[in-house]
Amino acid sequence: MTNATKLSLHVPAPKARPGDPVDFSPLTPPPAGALGRPDIAVHAEDTRDHARGLIRVLNDEGEAVGAWNPRLNAEVLREGLRAMMLTRAFDDRMFRMQRQGKTSFYMKCTGEEAVACAAALALPRDDMCFPTYRQQGMLIARAYPLVRMMNHIYSNAADPNRGRQMPVHYTAKAYGFFSISGNLATQFPQAVGWAMASAYKGDTRIATAYIGDGSTSEGDFHQALTFASVYRAPVILNIVNNQWAISSFQGFAGAGESTFAARGLGYGLPSLRVDGNDFLAVFAATQWAAERARANLGATVIEHYTYRAAPHSTSDDPTRYRPAEEAEKWPLGDPIERLKKHLIARGEWSEAKHKALDKQVVEEVRAAGKESEAIGTLGQSRPSVKEMFEDVYKDQPWHLRRQRQELGV
Amino acid sequence: MVQALNSALDVMLARDPDVLIFGEDVGYFGGVFRVTDGLQKKHGLTRCFDAPIAEGGIVAAAIGMGAYGLRPVVEIQFADYIYPAYDQLVSEAARLRYRSAGDFFAPLTVRTPYGGGIFGGQTHSQSPEALFTHVAGLKTVVPSNPHDAKGLLIAAIEDDDPVMFFEPKRLYNGPFDGWHDKPVEPWSKHPASDVPEGHYVVPLGKAAIARAGADVTILAYGTMVHVALAAAAHAEVDAEVIDLRTLVPLDLESIVASVEKTGRCVIVHEATRTSGFGAELAALVQEHCFYALEAPIARVAGWDTPYPHAFEWEYFPGPKRVADALRAVMAA
Repeated sequence: MTNATKLSLHVPAPKARPGDPVDFSPLTPPPAGALGRPDIAVHAEDTRDHARGLIRVLNDEGEAVGAWNPRLNAEVLREGLRAMMLTRAFDDRMFRMQRQGKTSFYMKCTGEEAVACAAALALPRDDMCFPTYRQQGMLIARAYPLVRMMNHIYSNAADPNRGRQMPVHYTAKAYGFFSISGNLATQFPQAVGWAMASAYKGDTRIATAYIGDGSTSEGDFHQALTFASVYRAPVILNIVNNQWAISSFQGFAGAGESTFAARGLGYGLPSLRVDGNDFLAVFAATQWAAERARANLGATVIEHYTYRAAPHSTSDDPTRYRPAEEAEKWPLGDPIERLKKHLIARGEWSEAKHKALDKQVVEEVRAAGKESEAIGTLGQSRPSVKEMFEDVYKDQPWHLRRQRQELGV
Repeated sequence: MVQALNSALDVMLARDPDVLIFGEDVGYFGGVFRVTDGLQKKHGLTRCFDAPIAEGGIVAAAIGMGAYGLRPVVEIQFADYIYPAYDQLVSEAARLRYRSAGDFFAPLTVRTPYGGGIFGGQTHSQSPEALFTHVAGLKTVVPSNPHDAKGLLIAAIEDDDPVMFFEPKRLYNGPFDGWHDKPVEPWSKHPASDVPEGHYVVPLGKAAIARAGADVTILAYGTMVHVALAAAAHAEVDAEVIDLRTLVPLDLESIVASVEKTGRCVIVHEATRTSGFGAELAALVQEHCFYALEAPIARVAGWDTPYPHAFEWEYFPGPKRVADALRAVMAA
């Protein structure tokens, strides 16, 4: 007993907090093209390197290299570039609108646009995506009307959610976009259930799910992986590792000891860790996982390694918990800049065209903004108060009818 | 009652290819209470199958299946095990239609055996129905006999809203009336054991009069319907026993009609008293029948303790306690 080691409690801490120098050199990314693209029938154990390394296609020169190069034609790439730029312009405007008091809340996905936009273009929209609140790029890439997104953000009279959800909790079944809950991780196992249903029916559609690095700690994450593995569900389980869960660094989700992708290996699920700021890599990994799912080979775990350049939401100030210069020093760069560089390197794009497109997307967002604001910003117009009592059940039971009458609406 | 529930599931599996069943031990083995016995063999491996021991995952998967367009029926082996699924039921299943303005909905049925009287201690005896009646968007059903169990379960499966279906496990094999030291008659001697073959529905939201009477109304559901009947006989009171069958949506009309007639009301449930569903019932009776009441409303319920093993019959609100309440209300 006397020789026993005195135990000590470990509480993890990030490398840098505000005021500390930012040193990302331990994260120096491996070269693009280094990892092979396994056959889709691969055993989980043979994706060890993919789960711990980093799948990258775009190199520093902007060239697409290696086995994961999805060899997309320039048109698809320009569409992806446009979707990412439009998403960023949309985020900028809506963040500003919140600051101007025109809505209660907003969440940007700045720096992580490639994760949602590439997947949106890699998958048909009759597959079902179970997104988090940071996959707005998926709707935008699929040309969901910006005005409708804004109508929801303003909870105005034309809000598709009928004023019932706080901003950015979209629903769009016709676009393969499941209703966003707002509770973290809950939708990860639901996506597995949807995929099981598709398999049960002998359908060809698959599901795709998103979760943040922080919420992989929730039990729902582990139940999703268990069910996906047990029933070989045709689902893509995406973990968006953007380094920060509000003020908690990814170490609080256990990232210090392993990668998030490597979690999948323990469940027998082939797992990939992907440069999330590389549009081509995200596209290729999504395609590979979709092929596996459609071939009845089951689920794939994909960790998208990226950085949340924006605050968590309009409600937090990231300079209070992380060094302000982290975003610009992020070693994987910016997804828009990297795809732009690639297109220019291919001779399919130019600085002038980029500038023009930038202006065009800002204008498109502005025009949608005007249209939506004419219907009303938060408080200026809203759906009928009666809507409060609708859709609780398919048919309104007597007690809700009476409560509606009590309110006098 | 087990056979009636099994028959409901059998009928629905045969009728609707979108109905499927899963849960812990429900597949090959047929469930620990045998409710899914033979269904996998008869309808196939993908129609009735086993699930990981993960209640949250079971309900979450069912929500995803429901959103796809199926009508999943899941079993939570004991209501005492349902809490890991509570977030999925409360935050997800109950609100999907509302939050998406009807874009998505999940018509799932959650079957779960509840209640005491089986020496199950605090982890196999609970009655957590009030935790679900409190949730906007869920329906809550509790059958009390084989005929209703089958018809209500079919109605629940066909319902487009998520339904919590609480099965009184003490009634699985007979109409237990709370006299624990007397043998329980088999269901076959009970009129409600006459269960039609094939498809029929007992509509949700409609109560039944288990016994017509003039002097006092007893509001009960599940096992306590039979306890209430035994208590009325024991106290020699002409009680009207209302079997609520569905707690949400509640058949207030039947309750009001009865209490206005009798002027007295005793509410019984196994669940703990504080914030139990009886509190809601008492409030409603007071709001709607105040001027008809000739005595204070009485509640007989489980004590506000965990369900104890060795003190089963002191805990269980049996016919003696209910009879005492009836006498007190009649004397008031």
